[in-house]
Amino acid sequence: MFRKLQSLDEEVTVYVDGVAVPAEANESVAAVLLRQSPVWARTAPVSCSRRAPYCMMGVCFDCLATVDGIASTQTCLTPVRDGMLVLRQKGRRSVRP
Amino acid sequence: MTGGPDLLIVGAGPAGMSAAVVARRHGLDVLVVDEQSAPGGQIWRNIETAADTSRAGILGKAYSDGADVVRRFRASGAGYLPGARVWHLEPGPRAFIAQNGVARCIDANAILLATGAQERPLPFPGWTLPGVMTVGAAQILLKSSGQIPDEPVWIAGTGPLSLLYAIQLLKAGGRIAGFLDTAPSANLAGAFRELAGAFLGAPGDMLKGFGWLMALRRQVRFIGNVKEIEAIGNEALERLRYITANGRSATVDARLLFVHEGIVPTIHPTLALGCKHIWNAAQDSFAPDLDTWGETSVSDVFVAGDGARIGGAQAACHLGELAALRVAAKAGRLSRAQLAAVAAPVRKRLKAALAIRPFLDRLYRPRSAVFVPPEATLVCRCEEVSAARILEQAAAGRPDPNQVKAFTRAGMGPCQGRQCSYTVASLLAAKEGRTVPDVGLYRVRPPFKPITLAELAALDAGAVIP
Amino acid sequence: MSGPVLDTIIIGGGLMGLSAGLHLARSGKRVAILEKSWVGRHASGASAAGVRTLNRALEELPISLEAMDMWRNIETIVGDGCGFHSHGQVMVAEKRSDVPVLEKRLAKTRNAGCGHEELIDRDELLRLVPALSPYCAAALIVRTDGAADPHRTLRAFRRSAEAAGVTIHEGCGVTAIDPLGSDWRVRAGEREFVAPTVVNMAGAWAKTIAAMVGDDIPLGHKASMMIVTERVAPLLKPVVSLVGRPLSFKQTDQGTLVIGGGLQGRADIEAEQSFVDFMELSRSARAVIDLFPTTGSLRIVRTWAGMEAKTSDLLPVIGPSPRAAGVFHAFGFSGHGFQLVPIVGAIMADLIIAGGTRKQIASFTAERLMQRQAVA
Repeated sequence: MFRKLQSLDEEVTVYVDGVAVPAEANESVAAVLLRQSPVWARTAPVSCSRRAPYCMMGVCFDCLATVDGIASTQTCLTPVRDGMLVLRQKGRRSVRP
Repeated sequence: MTGGPDLLIVGAGPAGMSAAVVARRHGLDVLVVDEQSAPGGQIWRNIETAADTSRAGILGKAYSDGADVVRRFRASGAGYLPGARVWHLEPGPRAFIAQNGVARCIDANAILLATGAQERPLPFPGWTLPGVMTVGAAQILLKSSGQIPDEPVWIAGTGPLSLLYAIQLLKAGGRIAGFLDTAPSANLAGAFRELAGAFLGAPGDMLKGFGWLMALRRQVRFIGNVKEIEAIGNEALERLRYITANGRSATVDARLLFVHEGIVPTIHPTLALGCKHIWNAAQDSFAPDLDTWGETSVSDVFVAGDGARIGGAQAACHLGELAALRVAAKAGRLSRAQLAAVAAPVRKRLKAALAIRPFLDRLYRPRSAVFVPPEATLVCRCEEVSAARILEQAAAGRPDPNQVKAFTRAGMGPCQGRQCSYTVASLLAAKEGRTVPDVGLYRVRPPFKPITLAELAALDAGAVIP
Repeated sequence: MSGPVLDTIIIGGGLMGLSAGLHLARSGKRVAILEKSWVGRHASGASAAGVRTLNRALEELPISLEAMDMWRNIETIVGDGCGFHSHGQVMVAEKRSDVPVLEKRLAKTRNAGCGHEELIDRDELLRLVPALSPYCAAALIVRTDGAADPHRTLRAFRRSAEAAGVTIHEGCGVTAIDPLGSDWRVRAGEREFVAPTVVNMAGAWAKTIAAMVGDDIPLGHKASMMIVTERVAPLLKPVVSLVGRPLSFKQTDQGTLVIGGGLQGRADIEAEQSFVDFMELSRSARAVIDLFPTTGSLRIVRTWAGMEAKTSDLLPVIGPSPRAAGVFHAFGFSGHGFQLVPIVGAIMADLIIAGGTRKQIASFTAERLMQRQAVA
């Protein structure tokens, strides 16, 4: 859906649902999700419909995903780090031990 | 509790950074906390990294101008905590922040909220589909990640930002499938009355704006006076339907739609603190009630920048400077006479920076469907509550937004009503023949930014930091 | 100005007022409820909605157990299940040294002839609440206790009260009550209502209403704080509380976790505003994480402090006014009134219609508080 204007500066690798994808250090996780296909970050807790980053500034909470094991992370406010594990969040998160 | 900074500034955008620089100049001890990982706010997001790239050329001079402000802020000697959220405020004033998984509170002699604006909520059927984003979001992606859509995009909206982004996108090699101008043509008459003032006050900006408009009309499919839009798709945007005020309707294939209907002040912090607010009719939004220095009804809590009223980056800088001067004077660093003398030229520049606003406010006043969307629209994105369900509540005789919230769960999700508060108020007002300021918004329950249980658990009296 | 002829005016549109209105109207009485803001604005809407007999004061147990029978049939009473589930309430002893507290309590209820509470060991506790941290020692449980949905309950009680003929006046704050012949005239600003009987169910504002008819009843207030998290997948069914630490913890039908337990914020009764004290509330968060270690990363979506009346002995006032004939009081539920909602409505109907009730309310007179004040 989106593409980088230039080749990646300081390339790192993150894993989106287990798939290795290239990213740029310090860009937001949401920006990386928007370069994947299909684009979505989570499913809504009521209807389970797909949601994608919408506002990119921490207002809408539709870009929530599980980042390095922490569910409901606002990916638009979370900078990418090498080796980061990103899981799209499906419905209500679980905290069952 | 003393030992905290003289001035705690929330937000490192134009207003916050300018305030920090001025406050430091007058010897105040300043701490700036900001949610982002680098200074600049939304308008100058990522400026330090992007300034030397080709992106800066695409984004234009107004963006590059930020680099200088950031440099002066960095050199000011103000303390700076990036990646920190302020989630609660108390009179005193005291701010509760969360950073790196730990919550703590900071007492300050004064707090300046320079928390800017958010894009106006603009509910329409299908706006939750992946593929629909705000123009602001798209521009942030360009600024902070250097990325643009890889296929033709539809843009629907009003306001300078829609035009600016469209121009930037074309410059960056992006493609626009069509531009749906949603400003009602009836706005023109009102805007015309403000035209002279705008041209006299801000001739450069006016010419630039008309230039963008002309360029856009030349280069892309431009459809004016669009009254309603609908995003259609199963798991993502597939088609876009629009209807113009003259009844022209079309359904087109679309994978990406960017929408924008102006911006509104961020008022969650001041609402949560219990500050008095006023209704800014020209901008169809609430704003904190401020004195001429930006002080709220809660003593020693100030607001500057777009959080006070939408005025753009230049005006935000000046409002930040004025607030900082007042705080310095209150702290005894300036006499009354000195304050007046230093503030006078700032006020003059502020006036100039705001000269174009009445024209823009009139020209880009959103159409009515932005406030009162069709019944099938999901009004609350988080809890998935439709306009129809809100209206049912009104019919059952529950006129208060807080009652509607309790009974429908609209506004109870993680965004805490940031995307539905205005819409619920507008729906109730329309249904009952009242006004939005009369109906009011949801009460804001703390924390106004989410914190985790672990962060709260880590908060205790021992964690009050100097 | 006078409205339609009324038999009873109820002051306070919380759940208690709705329940009393419902029971009275079903017995053929013409009832108006006067609510100063809107139905369920304060304690009722801010309730954690625990339906609990567990660890209740012995004086309250008889009516509480009777109320439980009503909760089991709540759908036949108000036409909706009110989101009530009886998944039990457990009071957990974290340490072995806390267990005697539970044993003592159990002996006390058994001696009073009540067999609803039961002491369970760690294995049974973990079977019922698998998410619980395994360090806990034992628990007291009432398996038939549970929790409801406060807003569904409000909606159901409101709807059935209105269906039974109760008129609800919102935005109608009472300013004066005067005798008018053998009736009472209740004024709310410009508006006037007249009826032979008046019920004061005004919660945190009940003291002011009582004073209007000459009853000086000492009454404090509470501002119990609550935390609500984001929605999570099913984690636990029973409502969990603790020995020696302020905590009550439950999961709603929507999946949000509701954390309360009586920690106090600050209330400004005059201004009708309450404030959360996060320093204090952090203790609740710590207790939750100790008990359910996986919950630390959950986001808090909102917190609040609900305002309500508190008596010195934490028992409610339920009964006729000591001074004013035809006036009745029911308030001061001190943070645990939700479960009593159906029964208190029935009691008020008994008192007003039959002039008395067989339900055990002898411990709830207003006089007991007034005497205590006189002694002190």
